[in-house]
Amino acid sequence: MTLTTRTRKTLDRPVREPDRPRRGRGVNEHSTRAKVLTYLVLAPGAILFVAPFAWLLSASFQPLSEIFHSPPTWIPSHPTLAGYKGFLNLGHLTDAQKGAGHGDWRWFANSAFVAGSITVLNTLFNAMAAYCFAKRKFPGRNVIFVLFLSTMMVPPQVTLIPNYLIIKHIPFFGGNDIFGNGGHGWLDSYYGLIMPGTVSAFGIFLLRQYMLSIPDDLLDAARIDGAGDWRIFWRVVMPLCGPALAANAIFTFQGAWEDFLWPLIITDSPDHYTAPLGLALFVVQNRTSWNLLFAGSVIATLPMVVIFLIFQRRFIQGISLTGVKG
Amino acid sequence: MTAVATESKHRGAPAPRRPSRTRRTLRRMWRERSAYGFLAPGFLIFSLFTLYALGYAFYLTFHDWNIIEPNKPFVGLQNYKDMIHDEEFRRSIINTVYFTGASVPVSMVIGLALAMLLNQPIRLRGLFRTMYFLPVVTPFVVASILWKWFYNGDFGLFNFYLLKAHLIDKPLLWLSSQNLAMPAVILMSVWGAIGFNMVIYLAGLQSIPAELYEAARIDGAGVVARIRYVTIPMLRPTTLFLLVIGSIFSFQVFTQIFVMTSGGPAERTTTIVYLIYETGFKFYDMGYASTLAFGLFALTLVLTVVQLRLYRNSNQ
Repeated sequence: MTLTTRTRKTLDRPVREPDRPRRGRGVNEHSTRAKVLTYLVLAPGAILFVAPFAWLLSASFQPLSEIFHSPPTWIPSHPTLAGYKGFLNLGHLTDAQKGAGHGDWRWFANSAFVAGSITVLNTLFNAMAAYCFAKRKFPGRNVIFVLFLSTMMVPPQVTLIPNYLIIKHIPFFGGNDIFGNGGHGWLDSYYGLIMPGTVSAFGIFLLRQYMLSIPDDLLDAARIDGAGDWRIFWRVVMPLCGPALAANAIFTFQGAWEDFLWPLIITDSPDHYTAPLGLALFVVQNRTSWNLLFAGSVIATLPMVVIFLIFQRRFIQGISLTGVKG
Repeated sequence: MTAVATESKHRGAPAPRRPSRTRRTLRRMWRERSAYGFLAPGFLIFSLFTLYALGYAFYLTFHDWNIIEPNKPFVGLQNYKDMIHDEEFRRSIINTVYFTGASVPVSMVIGLALAMLLNQPIRLRGLFRTMYFLPVVTPFVVASILWKWFYNGDFGLFNFYLLKAHLIDKPLLWLSSQNLAMPAVILMSVWGAIGFNMVIYLAGLQSIPAELYEAARIDGAGVVARIRYVTIPMLRPTTLFLLVIGSIFSFQVFTQIFVMTSGGPAERTTTIVYLIYETGFKFYDMGYASTLAFGLFALTLVLTVVQLRLYRNSNQ
């Protein structure tokens, strides 16, 4: 190591008393000066990082005139729910409000339903596949596993276009015949929004690695006790995979909740918009109704922030465990 | 093992008076049939939306496939030839590399600095970590909308405070200025990515054994020397990981561009994925869009291999 070359400096410095209590393992000397400096860097930085949220929250309660006011107001002088009502299209809207365009509460319900369904199905299907790869020996296992893994490097944009066409040609749906022609298939439907997201090679890999650490004896014991395959999976394997399942579920939910490109491509009618899609298209169509936009933005952000604050430890563990976001 | 299943058809005469390998494989498949049941839902969906889709995408690249044209003729390598000479594609690569080259290293450096500060036993550590991490859990669309407003030329917060601080003398047109649009998008993306880098670096820092710092301290290494000779070398795997993952994600940048600039002004922010989107879903040229997507795939692969190679070489 390069450390040995630095020994000449030893003489200049007093040797530290060995009995001095050691706290932490950071690189800094934990002197008061260093601490003050640390706070002087961290605190203003943190405030800068959170300021956009503070402003967003405040602006969502301001009338449009106040948002456009200069200097910017950080605390609304006349708080109003007009933005929220307008974006959710709830209650009675005046003609002026109607003219400014409005959103729809359904967009958030759609997002919740789509992201929720994807999360549940994805976690279940991933866990079932991972269980096979980790704990079962069957012909074809390695080939199939390698097949899954080898697709992880492919950017999702490569399958974007064919998936659009596949969804369009799903037989028997949306007016399609048995060959998938004639109608629009799963385009502009919940199936189309949900199905492609219900399995992920990465999640399977993550769960499989975790399941490898479950001792086989445990499964054998359950089998001897007369448990069937499903029971072993559901009652023995799944409960032992808590952290990995949580990581899979949290990241899947986050990814599905903020997914934008896929809904943008396959959704047509505002009835099926998800929250991010509704917001983004609202910016394009109603350029000036910023109060509505900010209200919608707050609602779209809230679930993620709440989930993050509740599961903070899991979240950060999961990120360090897997190194992914969404 | 699977090798048995596939090889048995071709070679190896069955041993006398024992069931053939194929029979044995079939028997084992029957015995383990429930495993296939467990695998089925995931495998079916994966086969359709990933395996079949990949093959389909590859098939599309050899066709002039416009969704509104009834004829979808086979054109051989024409799409690939077009791509190589496509001025727009070249420009989108430059824009994407610009975005990646700026946003990834900057978020990594700031993330590392924050991680080192937060790795000390200080009060409010958890609070700071949460505050820096919040942008990561914010949906990209929301962050883009918010920052689009901040960059607004007439009412935006940036212009207001910069003017007030006398850092600029007239309002800047952030997102509609050819030279400022990309830096503006980059700044917003850095804000969104720092927290992620910070958390990964924190995990990396916590796995460095304290004895190394102890040894360095005894050798008389100061703070800077300890960072330079202990922290940075020990974090190299983390750094590589963040570099590779960050580059792959940044190469796929889309949402910010769609919401904030729509690829403008003068296509200065048209990134590769934005170009793919326009080609495929504005001009419905699915064949060429697929070709561009494979172009993106190839670029990502090259980038990753180069990064891994550089890492290995500098390791020796």
